[in-house]
Amino acid sequence: MTHQHVEIRPGAYADSVALLQVSRDVAATPGVAAAQVAMATELNVEVLQGMGFTLPPASSNDMVVALRLDDESALPAALAAVDAALAAARKGSSGGEVTAPPRTTASALRRAGGDLALVSVPGASALVEAMDALDAGVDVMIFSDNVPVEQELAMKRIARDRGLLVMGPDCGTAVVGGVGLGFANTVTPGRVGIVAASGTGCQQILALLDAAGVGVAAALGVGGRDLSAAIGGISTRTALDRLDADPSVEQVVVVSKPPAAEVAAAVEKYAADLDTPVRFALLGAGQPDLTTQAEALLGDLGVDVPEWPVWGTPAVPAPDGGSALRGLFVGGTLCDESMLLAAAELGDIRSNIPLSPELALDASLLSAGHLMIDFGDDGLTRGRAHPMIDPTLRLEHLAKVAADPDTAVVLMDVVLGHGAQADPAAELAPAIAAARAVREVPVVVACVGTSTDPQGLTRQAEALAAAGAEVHLSNAAATRRAIALVNGATR
Amino acid sequence: MTALPSTAPSAVAAVGADMFATAVADQAVPVERVDWKPPMDGTADDLATVAADPLRRDANALAVSRMLDVQAMLVGVAPASELLGLEQGQFLHAGPPIEWSRASGPLRGALMGAAAFEGLVEDPEDAEALFASGANVSLEPCHHRSAVGPMAGVVSPSMWMFVLEDPATGRRTYCSLNEGLGKVLRYGAYGPEVLERLRWMRDVLGPLLGEAVAAAGPVDATAILGQMLQMGDEAHNRNRAGTLMLLRDIAPSLVRSSRSAEEVAEAFAFMGGNDHFFLNVAMPACKLALDAARDVPGSTMVVAMARNGTDFGIQVSGTGDQWFTGPAQLADGLFLGDYGPDDANPDIGDSAITETAGIGGFAMAAAPAIVRFVGGTVPDALATSRRMREITIGENNRWPIPVLDFAGAATGIDVTSVCRTGILPQINTGMAGKVAGVGQVGAGLVTPPASIFPAALAALAERTRERAQN
Repeated sequence: MTHQHVEIRPGAYADSVALLQVSRDVAATPGVAAAQVAMATELNVEVLQGMGFTLPPASSNDMVVALRLDDESALPAALAAVDAALAAARKGSSGGEVTAPPRTTASALRRAGGDLALVSVPGASALVEAMDALDAGVDVMIFSDNVPVEQELAMKRIARDRGLLVMGPDCGTAVVGGVGLGFANTVTPGRVGIVAASGTGCQQILALLDAAGVGVAAALGVGGRDLSAAIGGISTRTALDRLDADPSVEQVVVVSKPPAAEVAAAVEKYAADLDTPVRFALLGAGQPDLTTQAEALLGDLGVDVPEWPVWGTPAVPAPDGGSALRGLFVGGTLCDESMLLAAAELGDIRSNIPLSPELALDASLLSAGHLMIDFGDDGLTRGRAHPMIDPTLRLEHLAKVAADPDTAVVLMDVVLGHGAQADPAAELAPAIAAARAVREVPVVVACVGTSTDPQGLTRQAEALAAAGAEVHLSNAAATRRAIALVNGATR
Repeated sequence: MTALPSTAPSAVAAVGADMFATAVADQAVPVERVDWKPPMDGTADDLATVAADPLRRDANALAVSRMLDVQAMLVGVAPASELLGLEQGQFLHAGPPIEWSRASGPLRGALMGAAAFEGLVEDPEDAEALFASGANVSLEPCHHRSAVGPMAGVVSPSMWMFVLEDPATGRRTYCSLNEGLGKVLRYGAYGPEVLERLRWMRDVLGPLLGEAVAAAGPVDATAILGQMLQMGDEAHNRNRAGTLMLLRDIAPSLVRSSRSAEEVAEAFAFMGGNDHFFLNVAMPACKLALDAARDVPGSTMVVAMARNGTDFGIQVSGTGDQWFTGPAQLADGLFLGDYGPDDANPDIGDSAITETAGIGGFAMAAAPAIVRFVGGTVPDALATSRRMREITIGENNRWPIPVLDFAGAATGIDVTSVCRTGILPQINTGMAGKVAGVGQVGAGLVTPPASIFPAALAALAERTRERAQN
C-alpha cells in the first residue's frame, strides 16, 4: 500500500539545483515511487500539490521532504537516502578535469606564450595550425608532409606580409639559437647562417662545418619547394633578411635541391644586395656537390679544409662481379646529390625521385641497372614513420639488393641528430653484416652527424665499419668511392 | 620569433607528432603540447580556405573589439507597439524563422496565449485555427527586430519591453519583461492566471518601470553583468544578484512614482520574488554588444545563437543575416516534480544570446550554486568555462570570473575553432513542456546541433573563395 511522507525541516537550506539533484537521487532509491526535496517556495508548494502531496504550512526558508513510498517499510531507507544525498550535495564530489590541455595551436600560444610553433599534424590540417602561429605573430616550422602547394603559397604570402617566417613544409631541419628543430644536429654556436630548402642537405653542411671546427648561428629550413616556381623563394628571402640582421652571422649559405632556375637567379640577385655575403649551394647537373660547396664556404671564412673523416677498411669490389650501383637513402637531398654525381659517370639512374621522369621506378622499387631510392620521400612515408625513425623498409631492401648478383656496390646514408633513431647502427650494422655474409658486396655509407650528436658520430661510424662498411662523413666522397668501385677501380 | 635567429626560442607550441615536442623539451626549451584531434568530418578543406583568408584575423579582432566597446544602458520601458512598430496580429518569437505548422508545443501555447492577451480571440484554444489559417497574423523572429525573447520569446504589440541603448552609437535592442517561473507564457502556458499576470504587467508593472527608469536615468546593464559574475550569477539560469542590483538602482524612483504605494509594493514583491527578472535585461544587453560585431566581412565569429523549439540557428558576422539551422536538441538536466525527459520540448529561446556573449554556460565557473547542471561538480564547472576558451576569439575583461583568477569571460565563438575541436558551445537552459499550456518542466544543459557549424563554415569558405577570385 502506498505511503506518503511529508516533513518540514525549518531552517535547512540548499540551493534549488542541489535539491533537484537530491530529489533525483532519492527517487532512484528502491521502494521510493516519487520524491521531492525542495525549499517551500510558492512555486515548489504548487509543484508538490500538483504531485498529490498535502503540505502543512511552511515558509520559503523551510525545506520540504516529500516522499511517496511503495509501502511504509521503505521509509527508513528513503530518509537515509535523503540525508546521504543532502550530505553529498553539501560536500560535492571531486572529479572532472579542471585544466585540459590546449586543443589548438592558438590556444597553446595564448596560454603559454612562446615565439615559435612546431606543426606536424597531417598535411590537410597543417595550414590551419600554422595560421594560428602567424595570427599570434610567431614563426612556424611545419614538419607535415603532403601539404598542398597552393596552401603553402597562401600561408607564406601571409607570413611575408607580416614579417614572419614559415619554415617547411617538407624540410624537417632547423637550428634556432642552438636549439635543433625536427631532424637537426647538435652544433656549436658560430658565425655561419644557413638557409635550407633541403633537410638532409642542411645536415650535411652542419656535419662538415662541425668537422672543420666551424660553428653555426642558425639554420633556417624553408621547405623543399621554397625555391620552386610555385613558391618563388618567399621564405628564403625572409630567412636571408633575418640572418642578415643578425650581427653574429658573418657568412650565409643557401642549400637546396635542384631549384627553379629563374627563382634561383632572382634570389641570388636579392642576396647580392644584403650586407652579409651569401654563398649558394644549389644542387643540379654540372653544379658543385655539397662537400665542394662546404669547402668553398670554409675558404670564404679563411678556414683550412680538413681531411674529411673515413672509417673502416677500404671496400673492395664484389668477388662475383655485378655492375650496378644501388643506393638506399633516408635523405632526399643526399639521394639527389648521389644521383647527380653518379649519372655524370655511370649514365641513367632509376629512382623514385628520378632526375628525369622516364627514369621513375615502379612500386616494387626494383629494376635492372643503377638505381637509387629515397625512402624519406612523401610517397613512401604516407601512413608510416620517416625512415630516419623507422628503418624497416630500407633494411628489407638492403637484403634484397645486396643478394642481387647485378649489384656491384650498395651505397647508403645514415643521418644522426635530434629526431632521428636513438641508435641507428644497432639495427643497420647487423643487417650489413648479415647481407655481406650472404654475398660479399661492398657497402659504402655516408654517416652524416656531428661530434656532439646524441647518437655519437664516432660510435655510429665505428659500429658500421666493424660490420664491413666503408664509412664517410661526406656523402659526395662516399658516392665517388662507390662509383669508383662500380668502375672496377680500387684505391 | 622576430628575435634574431641566433637567439633560442623562449617557449614553443607543438602540435602533432610528440617526438618533435620531446626533442625540443630535451633541449631545455619549454614546450606547450596541443591535444590535437582531427577536425569535424568534411571540414578540412573549408577550414584551410577560411584560415588562409587574408581578412580573417583582423576581421575577428575588429568584431570582438566592436562588441567589447558596447556599453549597454537600460534607457526605457515601453510597449512593443511603440518601440518596434508592432501592429495587431504581428507576433515575434524566439529563434530562427518558423511557420505555425512546424512550431513546437511551447511556441504554439505562447502564441495562443498572446493572441488571447491581445484580444484577437476570446479563448486561447480558438487561436489555433487563427494561426493555422495565417490570415491577419504573422510570425517573425525577435532577432529580426533588434529584440530577443526568452524561451518561446513571443512578443505582441501590448507587451512592455526593456530598451537597451549603446550611447556611443544610439543603437537599441529590446526584450519583454520577465514573468517569473512556473506556468508562464514564455514556457508555453496560457491559462487564465498567465493572462491575468500579463495584463497586470501591461497595466501596472510596465508603466511603473517606464516611469522609474526614465527618472532613475540610464542604468548600466553591462556593469551590473560584471558585478553579477562576482556575486555568483552566470546571468542565464541565475540572475539573483543582477535582479537585486537593478532593484537597488531604480527603487527610489519606483517609490517616488505616480503609482499607489500598494502598486509599488506589488511590483517590488514581483521583481524581488523572481530571481530571473534581470535575465530580460541581460539578454538585450548581450544582443546589443553582439549586434555591433555583425557584418564584418571575413569574420568567423558567431553573433547569435537562438532556438525556436524546433530548430537551433546561428548567425555569423561574416555571413550577414543568414541563419544556419539544425534540429534543436533535448536538454540534459533536472526536472521539476513528476516531470521527466519525455515531457520536455527540444531546446527553445533566444536566451543563448548570453552564451554567445560569453556568460551563461560559458561563465558556469562564476555560479557555483548552479554547477550541478554541469555534471554536478565545481571542477566540472571550472572545466566547462575553461573549455569554452578553446572555441572563442577573445575575452571580456569587463566580465572577470573570480575563481578563474579573474580571467575575462570567454568571448566571441569562432566557427572555425568549433569545427576544429568539435567542442560545442555549452548552454544553460530552462526546459519547456512539449505540450502547449504545460509551462516549465525542468532546467539543464544543452548544446547546438553540431552540423550547423560546418554549414556556417562552408558558407564562409564560399565567400572567401569568391573574394579571392575578384
